[in-house]
Order: sequence, then structure tokens, then C-alpha cells
Amino acid sequence: MENLKVRAINLSLFYGDNQALKNISLDIPEKRVTALIGPSGCGKSTFLRTLNRMNDLIDNVRIEGEVLIDGVNIYDRDIDVVNLRKKIGMIFQKSNPFAKSVYENIAFGPRINGITQKSRLDEIVEFSLKQAAIWDEMQGRLHNSALSLSGGQQQRICIARSLAVNPEIILMDEPASALDPISTGKIEELIHDLKQKYTIIIVTHNMQQAARTSDLTAFFYLGELVEINKTEIIFSNPGKKQTEDYISGRFG
Amino acid sequence: MNRNRKDIIIESLTGISVLLIIFIIVSILAITIKGGWPNLTWKFLSEFPRDGMTKGGIFPAIVGTAFMTLIMTIAAVPFGVITALYLAEYAKENSVFAKTIRFAVKTLAVVPSIIFGLFGLGFFIGFIGQNMDKIFNGGVLKWGQPSILWASLTMALLTLPVVIVSVEEAIRTIPVEMREASLALGATKWQTIKRVVLPGSVTGILTGTILAISRGAGEVAPILFTGAAYYLADLPHSLSDQFMSLGYHIYIMSTQSSNVDATLPIQFATTLVLLLLTFSLNAVAVVLRYRIRQKAK
Repeated sequence: MENLKVRAINLSLFYGDNQALKNISLDIPEKRVTALIGPSGCGKSTFLRTLNRMNDLIDNVRIEGEVLIDGVNIYDRDIDVVNLRKKIGMIFQKSNPFAKSVYENIAFGPRINGITQKSRLDEIVEFSLKQAAIWDEMQGRLHNSALSLSGGQQQRICIARSLAVNPEIILMDEPASALDPISTGKIEELIHDLKQKYTIIIVTHNMQQAARTSDLTAFFYLGELVEINKTEIIFSNPGKKQTEDYISGRFG
Repeated sequence: MNRNRKDIIIESLTGISVLLIIFIIVSILAITIKGGWPNLTWKFLSEFPRDGMTKGGIFPAIVGTAFMTLIMTIAAVPFGVITALYLAEYAKENSVFAKTIRFAVKTLAVVPSIIFGLFGLGFFIGFIGQNMDKIFNGGVLKWGQPSILWASLTMALLTLPVVIVSVEEAIRTIPVEMREASLALGATKWQTIKRVVLPGSVTGILTGTILAISRGAGEVAPILFTGAAYYLADLPHSLSDQFMSLGYHIYIMSTQSSNVDATLPIQFATTLVLLLLTFSLNAVAVVLRYRIRQKAK
């Protein structure tokens, strides 16, 4: 039996009066890839952002219910959001490297955690880039600006950057939607490698991508979780008609 | 036919207005350069005034203006940057407090400069300075009179809105994705500001600083009662000394001099120095601002 990593219980989220998530309950296992799919505006990205409390940054957001990570409710009063986010990496739809060198991008997280020793930083940078499978390309360009890289490379730098703080969970919000097929393939391969060590939750618009990369798939629609199951079951024999209509391309 | 004539009239009117503006600027420049250029020598820049200020140079006024803008910058820039940070990063967009600050900044920007001068006289000299003398100096007059410190602080108040507005604009050009990237890595808000937002806004902070300096360097009214001197035989040595300033020098030579005609060449040359100073500072600010806008695209 798999270990449970993330558990949402009756989670609702409101932007002002508008309810974006309705009573979501779902379990996400450790060291697996869970894909969140559904049409635009269905709440999948919003749900993803509740897991590292990025929604805190928006005014007027109210949350009900619980999100347990390793059994602890991250919306408890005494949770330190900063420490929480160190445990959870996030990759965004638009790659967002800092306007700094490749090296400084990767070293950003370790530095804010107080690591200043050059040899230690070198080690982390190399290790993170290797894990993100981009060390060979970057080895001679560590001190070039990260903004000079291609979109696909930038996104993998962002992945390496999030690995440098040694997270347990990695949230990916449509990480390949702005990339060409070759770069997308590289990101998908990377996801496959990373799940040996990390729990990965990925939001995607791309049905094939969900089918290729994930172990579990959750289908969201209009702020509700329609169903979650093993990916092969969702794609071959979904339990709900809505899910079937969506993955067969009849709407969305 | 009728419509056509209207178009021609309006086009001519707008064209004439534009020409008028160009004419004014060119005239100012031409007159100043024609009158000032022949007198703009190294000696003029490096000597003290002589013979009842009808001869000699403007060295103390240049030094005084430089010191005053330096102190003003040290006071206005950190204060302005911190306020801009609050407005851009911490204040909720629609909170009453943030709206109040914005209203105050806008109002401050349109207060006539002579009011700042009067405020500086009443607040810095009359209230703070005199109380400092009572408490630290046993009532001996030192801070409770016009000085370069109070003049600079008064000028800092005047330039504060310029700093706040341009720094806030620069901070807002840092995309939200950058802040999110930093926060998602477990950075605190302050770490995000220090390591991502401020390094990205350096040019904006610089632009604000330069605009403030160029505004402050040319103003006369705020320092009229708070520290500028008619004539000093020596440069200021401490913050409690008075100082000479370029703008004020022009004012007194053209209105208070015993022999206005004799000072005319000096007036022109001084004006030219002041114009060159503020124009070049503004040019730098324009270039920097252009670069920020390019980056924001």
C-alpha cells in the first residue's frame, strides 16, 4: 500500500463571494505523479496553489476545510508558511528564472536558508542541475544569465532551482504548456525520473501528457472534483460520464 | 468646404501653439547662452564673489548647492524608497491607510514651494531646532536658526513625492511571477524584496533620485527662510552653518544688488550653470526611465 502524502478534506475556496473550489476531498500518494485535469476555470490550478498556500498572496481569499501534508493541517494557525514552502517546490506555467546567472538562480534557495559556504553552494548547484538533467548543457555556462537560455532550458533551470531547497513535494502548474514538443518531452522524462524521490502533482491541459506522465489522475469540473483514480482507469474506463466526455474531447 | 476650413483653422492653431512653446524654450536657451557663455570661465566657477558681488565667481554657491542636494538626497531617498515599498508591496490596494498615503503624496506634490519654506521655518527651525537648543545646548542659539541642515530637510520634503512616485513605478514593473518564484522557494517577504524586488528596481530608484536632485537643485523658495545666505566669506563647515545656493544667488543679484547692471554677466553665467546642471540631470533620468520601460515590455 502506498503512503499518503497529501490529503484534502472538504476543501472550499472563495474569491470574495465566488466559490472556486467546492468541498474537495482527495488523497495524493507519496512518490507518485498525480495529474489534475479539467477545462479552464475548473479550479485545478487554484487547488494546486492551496497546497503551498500561494493563494495567501491574493486579497479576499477565504478557505474552509483542511489540507493535511504528512498528517498536519497546513491551514492551522501555528503553521509557518515560509517553512511549509521550503518543503514544497513549485514550477509555474511561464518559466520564471530570476534575472541572475544560472548559478545564482539555483543558489537562491540555499542562500536564503543561510548557506554561504562557496564549496557547499557549488555542490548543491551541481547536484540540482544534475537532478534536473541539465548539468551537461549548463556546465560551461553557469555564469551566463538565465534569461539568455531557451524556454525549455529556463523551465528546467526553474525545476533545478526548486530542487536545490530539497523539497518533498513538487507542484507543477502546466509546466510545458509554453514549450515545443522536444522540450516538453524532456520535461516529461524529467518528471518520470523525479518521482523516484519526490511526490509530484501536475496540472495539465494536455490529455496525452497526463496519460503519459501520471500514476493518478483527478478530473475537476466547475470547482468540483468529479473523480480521481489510477490514470489508466480514468483514460480507459472512467466512472463518470463527464470525465469520459472531457477526455474524449466532447467538451472543454 | 466649410468643414475643410475648420480643419485648416484648428490645424493652424495647434501648430502655432507648438511653435510658440519651441520659441519660448529656444529663446530662454539663446538668451542665457548668449549672455552667459562668454563669462563661463574656470575662474568664474572656482572663485568667491568680490566687490559687492559685482565681480568674481560663484564657487561657494556651487559648493552650497552640491552639499544641500547631497544632504537632501540622503534624507529623501531612503524615506521615499521605504514609503514606495510599503505602497507597492505591503499596503492592500483599497485599504483606507494606503489611499490616505496616496492622497497625501499627491497633495504634497502640488503644495507651492514657498509653503514648504514657511513650514520648514516653523517646524524645523522654530520647533525642532529651538527645542534642540533648549535641551542639548542650554538655550544657546545653534540649531534654532536657518542652516544647511534645515534647508536640506525642507527641500527633501518637497522632493519626496517625486521619489515615491518614480520608485513605486519601478517596483511595480517587477513581474508578479518573480515574487512568486521567490516566495515558493520559501523566501520570506523581506528576503523577496531584498533579493528580487530591490535589485530589479535599482534603475528606478536612481531615476527618482536624479529627478529629486534636479528639482531640488533649482528651487529657491524652500530655502529662502531656512538656510540660504546672501553672502558668505567662507564655505559651510557644519550642518548648522548657512550656505549659498545657485538659485538664491540669481535671485538676490537680480533683485537685491546695489548695482544690478554690473551683476548682469554674472547672473547670466550663473543661470547657465544652473540650467546645464538641471538639464543634464534630467537627461540622465530620461535615459534611465526609457531603459526601465523597455525592460518592462
